[in-house]
Amino acid sequence: MSSQEYVFVVLALVGIVGAFRLVTAKNVVHAALYLVVSLAMVGGVYLLLAAEFVAWVQILIYVGAIVILFLFGLMLTKAPIGREALDNQQRGVAFLVGAALLAGLVYLIQDAFPWDGPKIEPGTGTAEAVGESIFSRFVLPFEAVSFLLLAALIGAIVLSRKDDAT
Amino acid sequence: MIAAEAAEALAAPNWFVQHAWVIAFLPFVSAALTLFLGKRTPGKGTVYGILAVGTGLVMSLGVLLQFVQHGGGTYEGSINWFQVGGFHLEAGQLVDGLTAVMLVVVTGVSLCVHIYSLGYMHGDQRYTWFYVALSLFTGAMLNVVVANNLFQLLVGWEIMGFCSYVLIGHWWEEHENSSSAIKAFITTRIGDVPFLFGIFALVFATGFESSNILEIGELVSGGGPSKALVATAALLLFGGSIGKSAQFPLHVWLPDAMAGPTPVSALIHAATMVAAGVYLVGRMFSVFASADPFVLQTVAIIAGITAFGAATMALVQDDIKRVLAYSTISQLAYMVAGLSLGPAGVTAGFFHLFTHAFFKALLFLGAGSVIHAVHSNVMSDMGGLRKPMPVTFWTFLIGSLALAGIPPLAGFWSKDELLAGASHGHPVLFVTLTVTAALTAFYMARAVMLTFFGEYRGLGHPHESPISMTGPLVALAGASVTVGFLGAPQLGAPFGDWVFFEHAHEAEFVPWVAALSTGAVLVAIAAGVAMYRRVREPDPMLRMGLVSTLLRRKYFMDDIYWKGIVRPIRDPIAAAVYWTNQNVLDGVVNAAAAVTRAVARLVHRFDQRVVDGAVNGAANMAGFTGGLLRYIQSGNVQRYAAFLFTGVIVLAIVFTRI
Amino acid sequence: MIRLPLVLTFSAVLFATGVYGVLARRNAVLVLMAIELMLNAVSVNLIAFSQALGEIAGQVFALFVIAVAAAEVGIGLAIVILIYRNRETINVDEVNLLKW
Repeated sequence: MSSQEYVFVVLALVGIVGAFRLVTAKNVVHAALYLVVSLAMVGGVYLLLAAEFVAWVQILIYVGAIVILFLFGLMLTKAPIGREALDNQQRGVAFLVGAALLAGLVYLIQDAFPWDGPKIEPGTGTAEAVGESIFSRFVLPFEAVSFLLLAALIGAIVLSRKDDAT
Repeated sequence: MIAAEAAEALAAPNWFVQHAWVIAFLPFVSAALTLFLGKRTPGKGTVYGILAVGTGLVMSLGVLLQFVQHGGGTYEGSINWFQVGGFHLEAGQLVDGLTAVMLVVVTGVSLCVHIYSLGYMHGDQRYTWFYVALSLFTGAMLNVVVANNLFQLLVGWEIMGFCSYVLIGHWWEEHENSSSAIKAFITTRIGDVPFLFGIFALVFATGFESSNILEIGELVSGGGPSKALVATAALLLFGGSIGKSAQFPLHVWLPDAMAGPTPVSALIHAATMVAAGVYLVGRMFSVFASADPFVLQTVAIIAGITAFGAATMALVQDDIKRVLAYSTISQLAYMVAGLSLGPAGVTAGFFHLFTHAFFKALLFLGAGSVIHAVHSNVMSDMGGLRKPMPVTFWTFLIGSLALAGIPPLAGFWSKDELLAGASHGHPVLFVTLTVTAALTAFYMARAVMLTFFGEYRGLGHPHESPISMTGPLVALAGASVTVGFLGAPQLGAPFGDWVFFEHAHEAEFVPWVAALSTGAVLVAIAAGVAMYRRVREPDPMLRMGLVSTLLRRKYFMDDIYWKGIVRPIRDPIAAAVYWTNQNVLDGVVNAAAAVTRAVARLVHRFDQRVVDGAVNGAANMAGFTGGLLRYIQSGNVQRYAAFLFTGVIVLAIVFTRI
Repeated sequence: MIRLPLVLTFSAVLFATGVYGVLARRNAVLVLMAIELMLNAVSVNLIAFSQALGEIAGQVFALFVIAVAAAEVGIGLAIVILIYRNRETINVDEVNLLKW
């Protein structure tokens, strides 16, 4: 096990713990903060995998904007602060489904790739390559996504407007 | 195509003989005319019948003239009507002495009856139809007499039976009259069945070639067919005579036939139709003569039984017409007995038929005159009528004496000749006939005494009948006196030259026979006069205990026939038919209806339970499953998501494993 | 030199946890958070494969995922707020008008 792997395992464990606590926290704000932890760890993993551009975009947008949005949402909807049962009645079923999913996926991975199989050799940074491909090969999806963001923006405004007279 | 064939004398037939068939044809024409034009003709159509029969009488005398001038002979003429295979059916005439005599008798008596009925049936509601039937009957009888083949004879025979039925039941509103008509018809029919088979036997004997009487006669007397066949045919033919001429055991219809009007009784049941049976035997005598002797013996036995039995039954009758009816049966038996004596008896038998026709018709018409006056048939309502009804009385008396056989009246000569014939070798028959003659005289004396002598016992005011009725009486009385001489041996008996079998017959006179019979008759008359000089209540004839009962109940023959034959046939059949109708036919119908109802019920139940059940069940099932399925819709999106993910996992596994 | 199955396992664990969170949480916002977790797991997977196969499209796609996730969160929260206005609650199992 190389040193990169060690770091990765550490990051992964923290991220898993954060995710786990996200779905089991009794305090909604705590849950949001755990989300931050998880997202940050995921960003770290990106860095480790030499995908620095995506890593920083992750941190910027997810941790920086989306989590803030969540907190605003919690606030505006008077999310209950404090310890309360935040889980519904189908916890058992959900656990089963999750476990089954995990088992299935692990099995698939194992079946597809031997344990000592392919290795990721993170090389140089890829930001340049990403930028190049976005604006050449993937320019159309890029524009589409920008339209999507525009639509989402307009939609959000429209939705949250109080309609008094119509 | 008239081929004349003289047997003995070689004289060409005169015009009347050649056209003898016209005599038979005219009454049919008059019957048709009366039927269609009768009601509109003045006199209600009686003129046609009288003209036809009167012309017939004149022509018959012309026919007789031929035989008077030239003696016996046989003249035949015919046309071929049609042919089937080898069988020829002809229509023609056969004229010999017998035919001539019969023609005169039939037309003469018929004419008298036609004229008599003008007065007797006056005002009757079916006056015209009566004359139609009279003409039709006369035509049929004449047809029987002139027929040259058996089928033509049979046609006339059957038409006569039908006319008898119609005329007896002329006043059919009374149930008794229609019953008597049916009884007469059916009883003679029973006799007609063997007659028909006899004809078939004879036609068979000719090899199915013809039914011509002369041909059959030649064939049989030539000895061609087997003895058994000839004997069988003779007996079968005689069966028809038994029926038509009211011999034992088919005599039962004649007394009841008196329910018809008296002119009918005079014409049909005294002079003509009943004589047809005797005529048949005479006409087909060659068959009888060629048959085994036991055939004629059988005939003689039947005749003897009939003669004696009928005479005894006449002793206890109160109805004057019934006395005469039983007398007729007895006299017919006399004629048949005469024929049974063999070739010699043929002439005697027919001579008796000849004379009997006249005085019996006279007696009936006289009785009719009496009945017309007192409006009753029974002698208990009569008495002392000789004062108010002299013509009737004298003519009736002459007729009675003729019947009894007092010389020189007609009956004496004919009866005497019969007895003379019987005296030669037929002792039993001779005794029977002599005793019967005595009985005849006795009951006629009784009848005359009860009717015309003593005190009037009735309630009406009797008076003499009109000339239309008494005229014929006088004419017939005259005949009764004179015609006997035609057979008198002392006068040459020309009758024997006309009517004979194979050889002209010489009448014989046996003195002791004549004396014996006349003596017996006189004694009987004296006894009758003495017994009934004063009215005796009750009638001495009815006070003879068992004998009276036996006679009054007609030897129980009617009872035997009714209970033994008619009822057992009729009642079970009627009951069986009724049962079949109620149970089988109605049963089938009801069963069909019941089956249909049951099927309908079944179908209904099937429809209700199965079909509707299926339809309702489908709907219920849909509702039920819907009711179960709706619980899936919890409204909880997370639950939907859970299902979704589960499905994804399953699909993933499935698709990656395959 | 990171072994690929390890990264993939990490991604799988994140994803399963996210699924559990989607199905088990009552608060709508928490559900949205769990959805984010799931999206992140997918992105990790994409990046891992992109580096393992030398294909840059994986990273580009991950960028797009992030962008879309952002848009989706914006709309989602707007809807949550609307529901809160109407129903006074954002418990998902209390919004069940389509219940039988």
